[in-house]
Amino acid sequence: MSEAGVELSGAEIVIQALIDEGVEYVFGYPGGAVLHIYDALFKRGALKHILVRHEQAAAHAADGYARATGKCGVCLVTSGPGATNAVTGIATAYMDSIPMVVLTGQVPTPFIGSDAFQEVDTVGITRPCVKHNFLVKDVKDLAVTIRKAFFIAMTGRPGPVVVDIPKDVTDPNIKIPYVYPREIRMRSYNPVEKGHLGQIKKAVDLMLAAKRPVFYTGGGVVLGEGSAQLTELVHATGFPITSTLMGLGAVPMTDPQFLGMLGMHGTYEANMAMHETDVLIAVGARFDDRVTGKIEHFCPHAQIIHIDVDPASIAKNVKVDVPIVGQVASVLADLLRLYQERASKSSEPPVAQWWAKIAEWRAVNCLKYDGSGPAIKPQYAVETLYKVTNGELYLASDVGQHQMFAAQFYPFDKPRRWINSGGLGTMGYGLPAAMGAQLAFPEAQVACITGDASILMCIQELATCQQYQLPIKVLLLNNGYMGMVRQWQELFYESRYSHSYVDALPDFVKLSESFGHVGMRIERPEDLEDAMREAFAMKDRFVFMDVIVDPTENVYPMIVAGKGHHEMQLSPSHSDRELA
Amino acid sequence: MRHIIAVLLENEAGALSRVAGLFSARGYNIESLTVAPTDDPTLSRMTLVTTGNDEVVEQIKKQLNKLIDTVKLLDLSEGPHIEREMMMVKVRAERQDREELKRLTEIFRAKIIDVTDTSYVVELTGASKKLDAFIDAVPEGLIIEVVRSGPTGIARGEKGLSL
Ligand SMILES: Cc1cc2nc3c(=O)[nH]c(=O)nc-3n(C[C@H](O)[C@H](O)[C@H](O)COP(=O)(O)OP(=O)(O)OC[C@H]3O[C@@H](n4cnc5c(N)ncnc54)[C@H](O)[C@@H]3O)c2cc1C
Ligand SMILES: Cc1ncc(C[n+]2csc(CCOP(=O)(O)OP(=O)(O)O)c2C)c(N)n1
Ligand SMILES: [Mg+2]
Repeated sequence: MSEAGVELSGAEIVIQALIDEGVEYVFGYPGGAVLHIYDALFKRGALKHILVRHEQAAAHAADGYARATGKCGVCLVTSGPGATNAVTGIATAYMDSIPMVVLTGQVPTPFIGSDAFQEVDTVGITRPCVKHNFLVKDVKDLAVTIRKAFFIAMTGRPGPVVVDIPKDVTDPNIKIPYVYPREIRMRSYNPVEKGHLGQIKKAVDLMLAAKRPVFYTGGGVVLGEGSAQLTELVHATGFPITSTLMGLGAVPMTDPQFLGMLGMHGTYEANMAMHETDVLIAVGARFDDRVTGKIEHFCPHAQIIHIDVDPASIAKNVKVDVPIVGQVASVLADLLRLYQERASKSSEPPVAQWWAKIAEWRAVNCLKYDGSGPAIKPQYAVETLYKVTNGELYLASDVGQHQMFAAQFYPFDKPRRWINSGGLGTMGYGLPAAMGAQLAFPEAQVACITGDASILMCIQELATCQQYQLPIKVLLLNNGYMGMVRQWQELFYESRYSHSYVDALPDFVKLSESFGHVGMRIERPEDLEDAMREAFAMKDRFVFMDVIVDPTENVYPMIVAGKGHHEMQLSPSHSDRELA
Repeated sequence: MRHIIAVLLENEAGALSRVAGLFSARGYNIESLTVAPTDDPTLSRMTLVTTGNDEVVEQIKKQLNKLIDTVKLLDLSEGPHIEREMMMVKVRAERQDREELKRLTEIFRAKIIDVTDTSYVVELTGASKKLDAFIDAVPEGLIIEVVRSGPTGIARGEKGLSL
């Protein structure tokens, strides 16, 4: 922290506040309204700035950095188009509760409201997709507002916070004494930490009496650093566990008690367990419609315990019997303690009959696919990726079938390794998010799994990767289609493939090379593993693997809209089988 | 069911639009909304009237509480409380109508606060139903203009919604 009494301009305050906040990287793009700030950044020299090639990518990269590290992502963009370009990235972070501070330039205060050059109402535009936002009208409020922004972004249910800063507030000629407030207290904002012990006791009662219990856990466990506590509780109880797309890796996915992901493209065993369970223990998950299927059919036999830091998440979509508001790590620790005090110490495996039932569902082998043909199956590509990288990747994803295949076939054993846009489902997210993760962990293996349509949405970031020498590996599952859209058209629109064919694709090898990267095109299953090994052996190069996959492959299992968990559709390779 | 909810908010620019935005973004009903600073100039007090089943109203309250600017919230409908709304009605007041309107004003304990040769402005405060009744009681065709504040409310007893 800098000592009190230093005189700084608004622009210098912005930079110093970020330094005092411990910020490592700022992802940004300059423009008129932030030029004073960029000048202060230049002169101060102490803060690393990553120049992206589109403001959407600044927000996604900050978001990817935040997901990989648990720290707050930071981006800096100019007014008007800079801010509007960032909006998709802000909304993406908002939907997945990612902590982020977005500094936007604004026209000088006297011009606000006059339709000045590059003016937009940033606070108004971003209001529905931020946790909170501020317009700073006086340089005296700048430091404390930035401190508040970080505080709000990082505490409670995390989320993005926008600080809109008019150019005159950063005037280099107006200097004021600078003090960065260490502690911030807000009478209107007091997020809950500990769960109510009475409620936790009720939860333990239910868990002890349960015959068919299941943990349903989500992104909140990752966000709240509750993995260790959750894993311990799962092992102590012997109960099965399933996770949402956002919670993958919070408990090792290779753990025998893990049933796989649940929901629309979840496993048969996970969804059947949801349907049959009598006690559902929901932890940091928000009962999203991709997960619940038709609400009327959701967990028809279950009493529901729900642990969440956001009271508004509880009983929003589904009625809950035992709500517990609090931070996952703290609540789970209390829950484990109370559970162990009361659980019998018998050597009898708990809920053995329930596990027998689950074993039957597992035997269906719902992820089975037919890999006999000459084409590379996308599932096989992900399995090979897992093998080649020993399951140790930070894997960022775009949106589509490839995202689902990755969730199904790349079992993460650690939290924060799986970096994807779940709530908003933003195509274009993957590459910039991988940049954030790679910058956070320069020595780690970082990859981006993507589709031929998604990758083109932030393809300009190949330049950023070149400038900062980011050795990311891109795995493009190139099916020549917007596969996820094509799948829905095949299943629900009698194969009328309206505008889902990605025509006129570039030569991705040449494209990558033109940015100074290594490009590879892989077409045969037998070449895949060696090619991937070669790619990952290039430790300091960005390698783009264009993998041509079977264009007709669909993601299964699938719960079709309007159906319940017990009404899954399995892949055609299961057609011989009668299901529930 | 109808709920009347009182909210203490930080008196910050944009606090009102956050509330209004919340209702439109989440598709909640909003019948009325009034807001003004309190004796503490750093706080605004808002009263809003909404309808919905228990689950929806519960969500509305949670979402309002979740706004960073919200300091405190009280659902007045959950306990004994007093509701008041203020209304001003401009009526055509000529010849024999003048007497009739004066009588009505007295019956409703309203006040005439502006008089011209041809019109009155009547001020009336009370529960919203009483205001409705007054409007119904004014003879056909005499109403020129109605302005209502929307209800405000306060809980009975000594407990207050304050810091
Ligand atoms: C193409 C596509 C297909 C999809 N298919 C599926 C699918 O098959 N299955 C699936 O699961 N998802 C799927 N999704 C993702 C889905 O849309 C949702 O994003 C996801 O299910 C939400 O996960 P979550 O419930 O874990 O919530 P998150 O969005 O991760 O929310 C976290 C919850 O935890 C709470 N929380 C946050 N921090 C804490 C803390 N410290 N302590 C306690 N609580 C906390 C929050 O308040 C919130 O309620 C799909 C997405 C796409 C794009
Ligand atoms: C920005 C954006 N636009 C549209 C969509 C709708 N959408 C979801 S998946 C998808 C197709 C993705 O195709 P591709 O990237 O090739 O992945 P694939 O499904 O083929 O693996 C589309 C268009 C979206 N999620 N995001
Ligand atoms: Mg595709």
